[in-house]
Amino acid sequence: MSASSPGSDSHSVLLGTETPLQLDCGVTLGAIRMAYCTYGSLNADKSNAILICHALTGDQFAASRQPLTGKDGWWDLMIGPGKILDTDKYFIVCSNVLGGCMGTTGPSETDPKTGKPYGLNFPIITIGDMVRAQVLLQDYLGIESWFSVIGGSMGGMQTLQWAAAYPERVFSAIPIACAARHSAQNIAFHEVGRQAVMADPNWQGGDYYASGRKPTSGLAVARMAAHITYLSEAALHRKFGRNLQDRENLTYGFDADFQVESYLRYQGINFVDRFDANSYLYITRAMDYFDLFTDNNGNLASAFEGTKTRFCVVSFSSDWLFPTSENKQIVHALITAAANVSFVEVETDKGHDAFLLDTPEMLKTIDGFLQSSARSRGLVS
Amino acid sequence: MNETAKFEPKRDIRVDWQLIAEIVAPESRVLDVGCDDGQLLAHLTETKNVDGRGLELSQQGVNICVSNGLSVVQGNADTDLIYYPDDSFDYAILSKTLQTTHQPHVVLQQLLRIGRRAIVSFPNFAYWRCRSYLALKGRMPMTNSLDVPWYETPNIHFCTLRDFTALCAHLDVHIEKSVILDASGKVMSQSHDSAFANFFGIDCIFILSRKS
Repeated sequence: MSASSPGSDSHSVLLGTETPLQLDCGVTLGAIRMAYCTYGSLNADKSNAILICHALTGDQFAASRQPLTGKDGWWDLMIGPGKILDTDKYFIVCSNVLGGCMGTTGPSETDPKTGKPYGLNFPIITIGDMVRAQVLLQDYLGIESWFSVIGGSMGGMQTLQWAAAYPERVFSAIPIACAARHSAQNIAFHEVGRQAVMADPNWQGGDYYASGRKPTSGLAVARMAAHITYLSEAALHRKFGRNLQDRENLTYGFDADFQVESYLRYQGINFVDRFDANSYLYITRAMDYFDLFTDNNGNLASAFEGTKTRFCVVSFSSDWLFPTSENKQIVHALITAAANVSFVEVETDKGHDAFLLDTPEMLKTIDGFLQSSARSRGLVS
Repeated sequence: MNETAKFEPKRDIRVDWQLIAEIVAPESRVLDVGCDDGQLLAHLTETKNVDGRGLELSQQGVNICVSNGLSVVQGNADTDLIYYPDDSFDYAILSKTLQTTHQPHVVLQQLLRIGRRAIVSFPNFAYWRCRSYLALKGRMPMTNSLDVPWYETPNIHFCTLRDFTALCAHLDVHIEKSVILDASGKVMSQSHDSAFANFFGIDCIFILSRKS
């Protein structure tokens, strides 16, 4: 079965029907719907399952065609037969996060109490809540422990949260380009994005679903600003320089004269077709609230005390959103906790987005780590 | 994409590594500080089934280690050893790395805090060829094992066999064992007090522990 065949790997399940989800904000969420994709098959002792945690604007379609855009999965280069996340060997699970907009319960889904979309009535969620929801999925699938939990950016935050809160459910963890807490600068960028959405008159206090008007311009601006933080100065210069877009001369106006402007506009416009503005508000907030230091009275190492999980932390030299220094805080805490940890800073000018791209040193690192983890898990004969 | 660069241990591993491998007890916990591309760690894992970890400065070295399945962290002996808990390893190994650190004495103390024992190997700068090179040519010695010119060498804190034993005395460190190798890689002495060893010895390996 091709990992890219659309739809065939896509599932949806109602979870928490008996034990409702208790959120960090104090609200109890009744049954939640979780949309997820799977690739490969679960082995007899259910020891070969890997959970992929997606980033802020990602979704469950890690290796299948995204139904709205028609594009290949966002981690197609990692997942598939013979690839690093080999679907002939592993059972890969990727779920849309709680608060998302691709089928998992979130602000755009119907509130059973009102029969209308939640909008801002949706409770504030945290990275911890996203992982709690994924725990329900793990139980539903009958998997006692993931062979590995892997994720970049916000996916890395979920990976850390998994390892800290449910160490016995995680055999190995690969947090990529992330941090144990969101920095002031990152919160600041998120606030710019949220303000752009909320300043759009079409946002209508978050209650825009029935009106037929969506805050697309606000969301597009939010995406444009955020997209700059995913790249690096060097990558922008390499890709665009000061090149002009389909013209010989400056127009002395506010058209997209420069290629970089045109590129950002394209990123913004495409994004609004596949993403819900309220989801963007809720998920960025969840990232802002993430702080494993404070959760552990300022001592990050105590989050991982006694852990048996094997860790592989990867950072990128040109990532200024989640710089190496913040990834190293995780590594130092793991060392202090006497955890089994590997750490590589990959030299690249591709910025934060390097984890989504063909970055050979990252691929080799993850491949080597997974293969040795598979040997200690007894997955390789 | 799935093809990892397969690890190919050199047929003749360094003599100091062979000796280190003889010293290390099976199944022990080992930290190799400055583990380079992981050859010693891989050798110890293979032959002694140790639970091995590494710390390495170069990205290239770390990448080779991790893609070969070794648990290695990219970091610096001078700044990153402080994160390791007390007594977390049976052996903390520093093979031919001491002379590259900014604060060798601090690194040595860290090793003995982290490991119940420290195994340290280093080139003896009082080796007669170094002495004669400097005395006769008046230039910084370059030998077969020290083959990088002064302006490029990572070795910033050379010491002699005598310097090292003096440092051990100063830091109140117990020398459990010492092995001095000659230029052919043979054990020429096990006495770290010998002036003969300080003159003809090219490499030194020490097993150290805390006195109290």
